[in-house]
Amino acid sequence: MIIYLLCLLLFSLGIYCVLRKRNIIKIIVGIIISEYAVNLFFILVAYRKGGRSPIFSPDSAILNMVDALPQAVVLTSIVIGLATTALLIAIAMRIYGKHRTFDITRINELNG
Amino acid sequence: MGSKSKNEQGMTLIVKTITRLTVGLILLYGIYILSHGHVSPGGGFAGGVIIALSFIHLMLAYGKEVALKRLPKGVTSFFESMGAIIFLSIALLGFTGGYFFLNFISKGEPFRLFSAGIIPILNIAISLKVGAGLFAIFVALVLLKLFPPEDD
Amino acid sequence: MFELYFLLIFMIIGAVIAIEIKDLLSSVIAVGAVGLGLSIVFLILKAPDVAITQLVVEILCLIILIRATLKKDLPFSTTGRWFLNTLITVLFIASFLFVSWKALRDLPEFGNPLMRVASAYLRDGLLQTGSTNIVASVILDYRAYDTLGEATVLFTAVIGVLAVARLIGRKKPEDKDVEEDGF
Repeated sequence: MIIYLLCLLLFSLGIYCVLRKRNIIKIIVGIIISEYAVNLFFILVAYRKGGRSPIFSPDSAILNMVDALPQAVVLTSIVIGLATTALLIAIAMRIYGKHRTFDITRINELNG
Repeated sequence: MGSKSKNEQGMTLIVKTITRLTVGLILLYGIYILSHGHVSPGGGFAGGVIIALSFIHLMLAYGKEVALKRLPKGVTSFFESMGAIIFLSIALLGFTGGYFFLNFISKGEPFRLFSAGIIPILNIAISLKVGAGLFAIFVALVLLKLFPPEDD
Repeated sequence: MFELYFLLIFMIIGAVIAIEIKDLLSSVIAVGAVGLGLSIVFLILKAPDVAITQLVVEILCLIILIRATLKKDLPFSTTGRWFLNTLITVLFIASFLFVSWKALRDLPEFGNPLMRVASAYLRDGLLQTGSTNIVASVILDYRAYDTLGEATVLFTAVIGVLAVARLIGRKKPEDKDVEEDGF
């Protein structure tokens, strides 16, 4: 229970960074941190006390494996997160090239 | 990449020598991770990212000309499309026995490298797709000239 | 479970540093520390596949972020409606934490997952797919549709990056000043 709350605190830090900061790189950092927190929450839900990783061994029968389904979901989510982060950074670099700043309060020209 | 003229020549001799020694090992490790994805931790995603990282390593140390000579952009997009096509065609071949994504190849003996039916082939397809896609993203971000001359 | 709490607190401290520090490069490196801590947490929580993937993805993400922030020490801006923005943000986060605390009481306790579907996968996975690694058998056999969708998203992201970052864009003839600007 406390560990879930710590994970949600990490997510809240990411959301705070997205909502409060005025620098595009800081906003991307906030998105990355909240994405980490969501991935961590999935794996925390999947954990089983005293469990083993979900890989069979030829020697011994492993009975108490952890939940494999959230791990498979998170595995795809991590790679998608990297791709979307790269897209965000490309857009941010384009904005820097046009406006010479990462500060979103100074980006107020609308002529594309 | 502020000083472009120096960075395009690559880094110092020490970095280049270490890169020449390690880049093959990194590539080999990526291939190991992806080909043993069904018997040990790893799989197509991690293997593909490691393969992309080996070429990125080359590009960071030697400059973009050397890396793009080893793996041109056309080849990158070809590999990415190839991964998608292999993935979809394996999925469609499942219709020969019944349904989409049917594991139609024989399972073989567990704990062996050649086992588990279509899973190793799909791992290779996924790794081609992920590796080529991430390398293409990196190349696009490096080639993007966003700092005009008065900024450097 | 002591090391898990320790690593989580380390990650929270790293996140606070990444958010509040003024230098952009230090902020990016603090994010890298958070990601590597997350990788060790995955390893402790018995998810080796996810740990390997998180490690290598973190390295690539860090390289791309450093590429975006290199040699740009920009002033850190706190202009705008400072008080109102902070108030709204803190209110939003407080309400979010309250609702999630109410929702967390319905979840199973940490360490006792439900595993209604996953127990069938763990029981029959080796026989039905022949794969020793259950995670690989889930993402590539039982739920390969998810992976197909993931491949589509990745393809779309690559196309988006190539379209945003391409060298020669289509320009109107009157935009001469933009053309000389080096795009």
